[in-house]
Amino acid sequence: MEKEKLEEIILKFMPDAEIATDKQFLTAEVKNDQIHALAKFLKNTKETLFDYLFCESAVDFGDHFMMVYHLDSTTYRHQVVIKTKITDRENPVVDSVCDIWMGAEYHEREIFDLFGIGFNNHPDLRKIFLDNDWVGFPLRKDYTDTVNIVER
Amino acid sequence: MAEEIIGGKLEEQEFSINMGPQHPSTHGVLRMMLKLKGETVMEVKPQLGYIHRGIEKMCEKITYQQSIHLTDRLDYLSAHILNEAVCLTVEDALGVEVPERVKYIRTIMGELNRIASHQLWWCAFGMDLGALTSFFYGLRDREKILDIFEKSCGARLLLSYNVPGGLMYDIQSDFQKDVKDFIQYFKKKLPEYDDLLTGNPIMQQRTKGVGLLTKAQAIDYGVTGPSGRGSGFSCDVRKHQPYSAYSKVNFKEILYTEGDSFARYRVRMDEMWESMSIIEQLIDNIPEGDFALKMKPVIKLPVGEYYTRVEAVRGEFGVYIVSDGNKNPLRMKFRSPNFSNLAVIDTMASGQKIADLIAIGGSMDYVIPDMDR
Repeated sequence: MEKEKLEEIILKFMPDAEIATDKQFLTAEVKNDQIHALAKFLKNTKETLFDYLFCESAVDFGDHFMMVYHLDSTTYRHQVVIKTKITDRENPVVDSVCDIWMGAEYHEREIFDLFGIGFNNHPDLRKIFLDNDWVGFPLRKDYTDTVNIVER
Repeated sequence: MAEEIIGGKLEEQEFSINMGPQHPSTHGVLRMMLKLKGETVMEVKPQLGYIHRGIEKMCEKITYQQSIHLTDRLDYLSAHILNEAVCLTVEDALGVEVPERVKYIRTIMGELNRIASHQLWWCAFGMDLGALTSFFYGLRDREKILDIFEKSCGARLLLSYNVPGGLMYDIQSDFQKDVKDFIQYFKKKLPEYDDLLTGNPIMQQRTKGVGLLTKAQAIDYGVTGPSGRGSGFSCDVRKHQPYSAYSKVNFKEILYTEGDSFARYRVRMDEMWESMSIIEQLIDNIPEGDFALKMKPVIKLPVGEYYTRVEAVRGEFGVYIVSDGNKNPLRMKFRSPNFSNLAVIDTMASGQKIADLIAIGGSMDYVIPDMDR
């Protein structure tokens, strides 16, 4: 599907989404509490059918986190990126998309482990890589580890 | 008497068993917590992190050229393709186009890497099923490819042959002859693999109808590569979003619809033929030209986000770079195929026998450092 058409569909469903386009992907940024609804809409709508979540990641920009979901459709072979900003650094939480794409389960456990972002309605939210008694979240920008990280 | 001691018949009792992390048939430090009823697996809970090195965190502290050497250490059996992914992302972000010669050589080396990896998978899969001979056959032939790698770039496993803008060295003068000799040699040897293992009735009984994965499950979990294609999920990035020289060659995307261990086995066996065909189409037509662009010693990417998808040996590998304009990335995320492929093991192995869990794990071709990163 053309990016313009896709933009139209997303804006029709969620008028306050912020749309950006680069040469590769169309990106839609929505509010924290809208991401689950948008994800569900994009998967189940006949014209979009984004049934394959190929990457889910978080980025720490210092003052806020950004959740990034890369979606692909195995029917139409088009891609879209949806994002949501998390401003609360003390207790960051976002809705889980496990019920939409099962593959999100491990990705979200990884983000929970390394960024400390919690996921509502996640079936099995545990640390995945680090020990249970690990202090801090290594992929955050303000993480300090005086033992294992050598500052040069 | 025995029943009194263990408190009930064995097959009626449910008990937990720890498998790994140091277990020969998990192919690395993968630990699985199994819930068993007799010999039947009720639940598999993988425990990761035994080889977590924080590569994504390390990449935030180093330059783009340096991070290529870390991607080797993810899926070490498809090192060349992973290096290529980072290079493609950096080149894409800078807006530079590498010479045709580089694209051809990268594709040929990538396919050689794919064959070498499938050979090792075939060895180990035979071992998982109790067939020791396959191990010697596979390693014997893989050695020839590793020799070509060593001659080209000095390394046998962790190649780091790609650099942003091209290759580290040009190919040596008898590269084409070596590769063609290998193809001739391996075309005779690959049917031996089928004679030895594919038609073996024990092997077929152990794999046919075992570890079923439907197409819908494969898409839902994001199971890609030969494992996904064994379930009929058309996910070959080389076909859908061609990069390097893949748009210039004819090849089939191997698809099987059965979704069992045997289908995944067949996909990989057929892929070796396809890879040889791709190499044959390219090897005589490598264009003359430079083997690398002249790049600045310090690469700074423009502010923005870049994503590249490539087809690594075990599935779709993605590199996601967020740049703030500095010489090192703000965030570098690797979407590793094995991590997503592992998520499905509980679905596939539940209800199967414990010995079949080994066969399923073998047919998924897990590489643990790629999961843990």
